[in-house]
Amino acid sequence: MIPAPFDYVAPSTVDDAVRALAEAGEDAKIIAGGQSLLPVLRMRLAAPTSLIDLNRIPELRGVRDDGDALVIGSMTTHYDVQRDPLIAEHAALLAKATDTVADPQVRHRGTFGGSIAHADPAGDLLAPALALDTEMVVAGPDGRRTVPAADFFEDFFTTALRPDEILVEVRVPKHTGWHAHYEKFNRVAQAWSMVAVAATVRTDGGTIAEARVGLTNMSSVPVRARAVEEALVGRPATAESIRAAAEHAAEGTNPTVDGNADVEYRQHLARVLTGRAIQAAMAG
Amino acid sequence: MTATMEPEVGKGRLRKEDARLIAGRTRWTDNITLPGMVHLAVLRSTAAHAKIVNIDTSAAKEMPGVIAVYTGDDLDPEGAIGMPCAWPITPDMKSPRRPVLAQGKVNFAGEGVAVVVARSAGEAEDALAEIDVDYEDLPVVLGLENALAEDAPLVHEELGTNRNALWKFDSGEAGSGGDVEQAINEAEVVLKRRFRQQRLVPAFMEPRSCVVDPTAPQLTMWSATQIPHILKTMSALTLGIPEHKIRVIAPDVGGGFGGKIAVLPEEIMSLLVAQKLGRPVKWTESRSETMAAAHHGRDQIQDLTIAAKRDGTVTGLKVELMADMGAYLGLVGPGVPILGAFMFNAIYKIPAYHFACTNVFTNTTLTDAYRGAGRPEATFGIERMMDELAAELGMDPMELREKNWIKHDEFPYTTVSTLTYDSGNYEAATEKAMQLFDYEGLRREQAERRERNDPVQLGIGISTFTEMCGLAPSRVLGSLDYGAGGWEHAAIRMLPTGKVEVITGSSAHGQGHETAWSQIVSDQLGVPFEDIEVLHGDTQSSHKGLDTYGSRSLAVGGIAVVKAAEKVIEKAKKIAAHMMECSEDDLEFSGGKFTVKGTDKSTGIGDVAFAAFMAHDLPDGVEPSLDSEAVYDPENFSFPHGTHLCAAEVDTETGRVRLRKYVCVDDVGKVVNPIIVEGQMHGGLAQGIAQALFEEAVFDESGTLTSGTFADYLLPSAADLPSFTTDRTETPSTTNPLGVKGVGEAGTIASTPAVVNAVVDAVRHFGVNDIEMPLSPMRVWKAVHSGEKAAGGPGAEAGGGLGSIDATHGGAQ
Ligand SMILES: Cc1cc2nc3c(=O)[nH]c(=O)nc-3n(C[C@H](O)[C@H](O)[C@H](O)COP(=O)(O)OP(=O)(O)OC[C@H]3O[C@@H](n4cnc5c(N)ncnc54)[C@H](O)[C@@H]3O)c2cc1C
Repeated sequence: MIPAPFDYVAPSTVDDAVRALAEAGEDAKIIAGGQSLLPVLRMRLAAPTSLIDLNRIPELRGVRDDGDALVIGSMTTHYDVQRDPLIAEHAALLAKATDTVADPQVRHRGTFGGSIAHADPAGDLLAPALALDTEMVVAGPDGRRTVPAADFFEDFFTTALRPDEILVEVRVPKHTGWHAHYEKFNRVAQAWSMVAVAATVRTDGGTIAEARVGLTNMSSVPVRARAVEEALVGRPATAESIRAAAEHAAEGTNPTVDGNADVEYRQHLARVLTGRAIQAAMAG
Repeated sequence: MTATMEPEVGKGRLRKEDARLIAGRTRWTDNITLPGMVHLAVLRSTAAHAKIVNIDTSAAKEMPGVIAVYTGDDLDPEGAIGMPCAWPITPDMKSPRRPVLAQGKVNFAGEGVAVVVARSAGEAEDALAEIDVDYEDLPVVLGLENALAEDAPLVHEELGTNRNALWKFDSGEAGSGGDVEQAINEAEVVLKRRFRQQRLVPAFMEPRSCVVDPTAPQLTMWSATQIPHILKTMSALTLGIPEHKIRVIAPDVGGGFGGKIAVLPEEIMSLLVAQKLGRPVKWTESRSETMAAAHHGRDQIQDLTIAAKRDGTVTGLKVELMADMGAYLGLVGPGVPILGAFMFNAIYKIPAYHFACTNVFTNTTLTDAYRGAGRPEATFGIERMMDELAAELGMDPMELREKNWIKHDEFPYTTVSTLTYDSGNYEAATEKAMQLFDYEGLRREQAERRERNDPVQLGIGISTFTEMCGLAPSRVLGSLDYGAGGWEHAAIRMLPTGKVEVITGSSAHGQGHETAWSQIVSDQLGVPFEDIEVLHGDTQSSHKGLDTYGSRSLAVGGIAVVKAAEKVIEKAKKIAAHMMECSEDDLEFSGGKFTVKGTDKSTGIGDVAFAAFMAHDLPDGVEPSLDSEAVYDPENFSFPHGTHLCAAEVDTETGRVRLRKYVCVDDVGKVVNPIIVEGQMHGGLAQGIAQALFEEAVFDESGTLTSGTFADYLLPSAADLPSFTTDRTETPSTTNPLGVKGVGEAGTIASTPAVVNAVVDAVRHFGVNDIEMPLSPMRVWKAVHSGEKAAGGPGAEAGGGLGSIDATHGGAQ
């Protein structure tokens, strides 16, 4: 369990990091919290020639208010996301999903941006990022560009990030006053999701005015449960209408099969957990 | 100083070893660094069954830092070295040679193929990738029934069969009971079930590691082992090194659970390489190597037939097992299922009993002892059967058990499998457990939930277990063809300043022997707890011993300590009498002092130790030493027992099992340290529950271990377990002076069937009467909704830092 040899650079600005990445060439890798990358290196499933460490770049850390959106620096740790007052107020879904990630040690090291860039369909922050219509701001040799979440996740562990680009921040439109819940299903507490549902809802009187539902691990990328959202909007926020809407949860999903779940079971879970997520959001 | 010392035995002391273990102020084997030391890394077979056509090590030898690369043929050109198996269970048992590194052929994925020696561990690992092995695939044999099939390919062609041995016990033939076939033929009720004991990984915390220093005339080997003494003798026998030229040290060892009761090919390899190079070597495995190459546990198919009367009286039990040995035999592997042979009848008076076990070779990692070794399998089988029988008869499962168990006034009781249980009180433990559990209340809630068709159903599972531990009377082991005795050694050194060194042949690796032994000696000799040091695990100081496994340390090793202390007192008494000018008969010893009866004249044992050290004025013919040693061979096993009750909630919409309540009342005899006992129970329960709900080592059809990391081999944490209610009854063992019984395996043995019984009980009304372990949510859900009992693989969960990354095949799953 010793990684293959590699060079190591720890720049202190984004510009330097972009430059270092370009110089290091194809086989370079960014290291953020290292919580996904290090196991891969230690098992020698990957052997990058150099690592560009983002941990010494202060501008990549923290959350700021930018009018109708929050901007979360990619190197903000899970621990900081969990405790950030702006996130609690304007993007509660993100904090709730982050609460379910791993264990305290991992949450102190692992980063929000690292999770997004890693793009594991079982990762817990992708579905919330999708449901909240976030945008990824990436920096490369030609400057910065913005990619909406819906276009960012392309396949298993594959994003719109080019090898010479760095994810610098994530713009999260404010969802102030929305109800939110992340319903996660796994076999042991500190594990990733077998299936999970990110739900956030805005009510108006007793009626559901807007709803966003994202599914974790129901495809090679996070999935938006549009049919559920449509079935909810304009309905009274009752157990019955929630249950009826949740029946649509598995539509269009294409989950993987593993020892823990086949397609039938995963799709069944998606329906049950969607109902529960929305119920819990309403109750919370 | 007043003479009234509070007894140490029974005191809930925090463990004296914890500060150094928790703070890391100790040296594990991997921390040992010697001048000029080089590092080993083992190339492991990726194929489960293949001919080795060629191994090209030339490129690896050119890698930076590499000193040498050896194959099996380099280390053992004659092919003369075979790893030892110490338990030939039958005279005709098939025992294939297990080489140090594969020679000509690999028989499981993970078997060592070559070893790199380099200046650093990193360089050694880098060079592994440069070794080119040319394999020619052979058909892979997986699964017990496949391996026994008529035209199955053979793991070891030269044996002509995959059958390792067939071991039988029959109460009719032994004269200890009736004929089981007759019992079955005449029974009012006959029930048959097939249960599967999945394969488990003994997930000790510290990976295995070994350092060999060949630079002195006496070789020294440090190893993260449970069995330093056995390892020393076996290394000598395996390699023909004179035994007195080897010293083995087990420093602090981070857990074993049976997983370190082995003589490793890597240890033998380290000895060979160190001798070849004349330099100290170190081998430390990665966790991936532990998973694939360290022995696994369990892996049986159990076919059980129980015969009973309609009133619930059990009239016979027939047990037919198949046990997977893996590709080779481990040190005691073939005997592990046989340890269960005596325990299927458990606490019950079963008049006719038959046991037969077929051991089988497959192209998998070998299996051997894992916490409980044979007894969890047996306990699972019988306790599941009792619940099934109760359901069949429409009886309360506790009532059925009570009807059949041995009553407290029937001890000592000789069972149908010929063991004599010295003591026990199943009624008392059960009564206490039932109260703590609120059995009636939970049964009511269960009925209500069923009534209203609640999505969350409740089930109650029982396990009234016993086990045999404290391995073991040497004569009994002899009758089972075991390759060693079962005694244990202890010695006590009385130092001139009154301090005490206790030497034990038990080899602690996390259990707390240093604390418990100090408590025992403190009471025996009347010296303060703090004045006692316990030495273990180094064959130079602790020269004699049979080590730690089978919950034997206290019930055998602890008693040896008592016997040694008695000899110290015996010796001291002569000198004390001389010092106080009285007759030995006038002296009584208590609280560390010899007192002349009826007077207040006394001498402390420390003063006597000093007098012995000075030796200026000793009685004629008395040697100037109080130091004593004893070897204790137990006259019987010890038989802890207990009543475990589990309430499980099953979410029928998702299949998730939540343990709502777990109560156990265990009787482990007299307790030396209740905190240590509690710790053993908690850890044991966690491991037993893990078998029921979480863990399984899974191979794919090519024989590759797919649960090869902790991301997919699911170990539960505290967050996945309920808060346990543990309590005790205390029925002293009558066969040892402390009245103690073992506790190291009890929780693991008892808990697995309690959990599975609870889950099956929760969903029995859906027509479910079994679900295969581990009871994953999908399995439970499918059992409820479509009657499948082993849906899917138990398989891998995305987890750890790996998430959906497939560590086995690389890339996404
Ligand atoms: C025991 C354990 C349990 C876990 N459980 C969960 C869980 O339950 N749910 C969950 O969602 N996650 C879980 N994780 C993963 C954890 O959330 C990781 O922190 C996260 O997946 C990756 O973040 P990181 O900062 O550690 O990234 P790293 O591991 O450093 O990087 C991951 C990948 O992203 C790339 N990368 C990182 N940052 C950037 C960037 N700014 N720009 C471009 N590329 C970048 C890296 O090159 C690498 O390929 C677990 C991890 C562990 C070790």
